[in-house]
Order: sequence, then C-alpha cells, then structure tokens
Amino acid sequence: MLSDITIGQYYKADSFVHRLDPRIKIILTIWFIVIIFLCKNFLSLALMLSLVVFSILASKVPFKTFFKSLKPIIPVILFTTILNIFYIKDGNLLFPDTFIKITDLGLATAFFMSVRIITLIMCSSLLTYTTVPTMLTDAIEKLLSPLKVFHIEVHTFAMMMTLALRFIPTLIEEIERITNAQKARGADLENGKLMQRVKAMIPILIPLFVSAFMRASELAFAMSCRCYRGGNGRTKMKQMKLSLKDIVPLLIFAVFTVGVVLVNKYFNPII
Amino acid sequence: MSVAILETKDLNHAYSKGTAHEIAAIENINLSIEEGELVGIIGHTGSGKSTLIQHFNGILKPSSGTVLLDGEDIWKDKTKIRNVRFKVGLCFQYPEYQLFEETVYKDIAFGPKNMGLSAEEIDKKVRQVISFVGLSEDYLEKSPFDLSGGEKRRVAIAGVMAMEPRVLILDEPCAGLDPKGRNTILQLVTDYQKKTGSTVVVISHSMEDISKIASKILVMNKSRLAYYDSVDNVFSNAAELKEMGLNIPSITQLFLNLRNRGYDVKTNIYTLEEAKKELLRLFSKEEK
Repeated sequence: MLSDITIGQYYKADSFVHRLDPRIKIILTIWFIVIIFLCKNFLSLALMLSLVVFSILASKVPFKTFFKSLKPIIPVILFTTILNIFYIKDGNLLFPDTFIKITDLGLATAFFMSVRIITLIMCSSLLTYTTVPTMLTDAIEKLLSPLKVFHIEVHTFAMMMTLALRFIPTLIEEIERITNAQKARGADLENGKLMQRVKAMIPILIPLFVSAFMRASELAFAMSCRCYRGGNGRTKMKQMKLSLKDIVPLLIFAVFTVGVVLVNKYFNPII
Repeated sequence: MSVAILETKDLNHAYSKGTAHEIAAIENINLSIEEGELVGIIGHTGSGKSTLIQHFNGILKPSSGTVLLDGEDIWKDKTKIRNVRFKVGLCFQYPEYQLFEETVYKDIAFGPKNMGLSAEEIDKKVRQVISFVGLSEDYLEKSPFDLSGGEKRRVAIAGVMAMEPRVLILDEPCAGLDPKGRNTILQLVTDYQKKTGSTVVVISHSMEDISKIASKILVMNKSRLAYYDSVDNVFSNAAELKEMGLNIPSITQLFLNLRNRGYDVKTNIYTLEEAKKELLRLFSKEEK
C-alpha cells in the first residue's frame, strides 16, 4: 500500500538520458512545462507529446513504470475532464434535442486538458526516474547558487532536501512497524467513523514523531562527528561538468519550441 | 495429554507476491504448539522467524495454508481477526517504540481498552501487570518517554501482557539490553508462564537464553522448519545447527568436547548449576 509511492523513485538503467547533466535535465523539464502551457491546439500538443515519448524511449525506462506514476493522479484527470465537459457552454451542442448539454468544444477542451496533465506528469517523472536524488539536489544547489548573493543559504536547503528524500523509505518502514505493533494490541484502524479513524492515528503518529526526532538528533550528531559545518568551503567529490553532448538536447528542445510557436501561429487555437 | 492451541497447516508466505521481487519468506510450515508450553524459536537472520510469528495473530495473512487457534481457522471470519489478536498477544522486537501515551498507566491500558473492558477491570489488570514486570505503582503516573531503555521495554511488554492473552509471543525481548536487563526479562517471561499457565513463544538469538527457559525449541532455516523438538534433542544436532549458522550453548559445547576426549559426561547441560553437578559427579567417580 505505502510502498506503491513512486515519487522520487530512481529507475536504474544506462542511457543517454541517465547520463545527461542533471542541471540540464532540470532546465529542460522546466522549459518543457512552460512550452506545454503555451500549446494552443492539438497539433502543438502532439508535438510536445512526441518529444516526451521520444525522451522516454531514449531513457530505456519502460512505459509500464510511467503508467504506475500516473495512477495516483487519475482522480485529478477525471475531475478536470468532468468539469470541462459540463462547464463549457460555447460550441455546438452534441445532443441538441436532449437535456444533456455537452458541446463539441467542451469535449475537445476536456480531452486537451487531460492530455496536457498526462504529458506534464510523464515529463516530471522522467526527471526523477533518470536522476539519482542526490544528483538532483546537487544540481538544484548549483542552479540556485546565484541566490547566495542575497545571503540565502542554498547549500542548507539542498542538504535538507537530500536528507528528506533519503528518509522517506525509512519512515515508511517505521510506519509499517508501528502500525503492526499497535494492531497487535487491538488497535482498529480500518473501521469506525471519520473522527474515530483520525483518533486511531494517534498511537501511530506519536511514536513516529518520537523516533523521527531521535533519528534527526542522532544524524546531526553523526554529521558533526564527521566535521560537517555547512556549505562554506565544502568541495564536491563528483564535479559536474558540462560537455558537448549535453548541448544536443537543448538544441532539440529549441527546434520543438520553434515548431510549437509556428503551429500556434498558423493553426486555429482550441483554447 | 496436552491439547494443541496453535497449529499451522502447510503455511506459506511470500513477500511482494506477483512481482519480480517475490521472495518466499516461509515455506510449508506444519507445527502444533501445545497449551502451557514455552517454545523458543531460533534461526539465522532472515530465516523467517518473525514472518512466522506474525501469522500466529493475523498481522500477516498466509499466501496459502491455514493457522488454527483452538482448532479454528483464524481467517475464517475476517472481521473477528481482532479477537484473535487479544487471544494471541504479540510483542514485537524493540517494543519500546510503540509507547505513545502520556502516562505508563494509559499506555498499558491501551490493549485492555481496545478489548472493551470496564474501567475497573482495566485498572485491576494494569496494577497487576505493572507489579508483574517488577516496576512499582509509582511508575504508572510517569511519562513512558522518561523511563530508561530497560524500563520502557518492560512497560511495553506489560502492555501486551495486560490483555491476558492465552498465547504470549515475544520477538527478541532481550535485544539490545545489558546482561542484568536480559536476566530480568527472561525471569519475567518464565514467571509469567508458570504463574498464568499460558503458552509462551520466544524468539531469541541467544542459545544460552533459550536453553535456560524453553521447554521446546523450534529451529527455522532458510524459510523452512528444521527442528521442532525438546531442548535436548535439538541441541544434540550440534553439527547441523552450526551449518545453519547457529550454535549450541557454549557450556553444552564444553561438555561435548569433554565427551569427545573420552570423559563419561552427559551433554545435555545448559546452566552453570547443572554443569557443577555433572563435574562433581565426574570427579567423585574418578576418585573411586
């Protein structure tokens, strides 16, 4: 149940996308999200979808894995679809003689929106599937380093993110252990009204917090034992270096961006 | 003639069933634990001990096979599984991490409260059980988080005992305790078993501890049941146990070595007391 969580999961493989500089990957992902929102018709959306599918193929991560990450957002997709179908009044009625007031434009918009969400999720999942969490936070640290000018401690934030990601599986394991222990004492977690269920969480949450704080203080102690003193003067074991190969995807993305802009200009917009 | 209280029939459990990571944790376990027995479970890390005991009270559901409590399948009625957990009390490894209430009293009362007992009954049970684990009633109003490690452990065990289960299962109750703490817990377990006459199952990594308290030993090896026999019979398989990454108590090993050197001694020696007696017997015989 809990182990189905796929956020931040890395899929081990050896591919061009995996080897790509994580900074470039983050920039490309943000770029992609911006372009997706600039798409105005199905043709431009199809262009971006094909770009994502192409990237996924290049990453050697099986499509099945992506479907798993789509599962949790199915309710969101359904919700927007239904909202769009019933609230868009423009366009021609599909069933003019009945009480069902669905227009062709409403249907098209609903479809457009769902494809857009799916493409977005696939794109951001691709980033986490192909990048080790530590690399990801390292890259964020590098990308945000200009903020140091404003005395923002970028390194601290990056370290916090790394640690948070690292402890997700540990805490999930902990939750399962505590849940079992309380179940063995007859805790009833599955039945009862909402308030009862919320109350039933207390015997799990309190021990979880206690052990999380204990872990945190032990970790802090272990870090200071190894002379950790923040980001000042700290060097990296793995230096990130941009190479010529990292430029190639930037060029591909630029071509697609130009394509989307042209398609937007010369074809009728949907939204 | 004793009656079987807990039985398993062709019990199998696989983790991550249906995926590529499927691992058989226990395979074809058939056993029957008799009422009033004190069973020790030993086995190498990852041999399936913990998985096995989590089936006894329905925390885990078997992939196939059945678990019988008093001859009845515990999964026959899914909604009654909580009643099984009151009858078969399971105390997990490092149980002190399950403490959550403001006071020791409330924490021990958690189990009995879930059973739906009246306040008076709960009060009686809490006071009974706290003295049983060797803590004074002053402790009842303390916060469980202010106690020492060994005290927390005893409070957590008390929390399971307070349900007065017919079968008490303890997963490595002595793990991480100092020798004094270990002895207290072991003494407590044997006292509990003698006083209440209930069935007790204990997992341990220490052959010494197990041989001291258990009436029967169950050996798990690579997800399968290797032995389930009396202490003497199990420890007579020293070579096989070593192959499983286990051992026999060092004092037993000593007498086994003496026997191999031609001395006429018994080898079913598990405590210093027994060893002393046996050595004295040997010396007096030599003098003649």
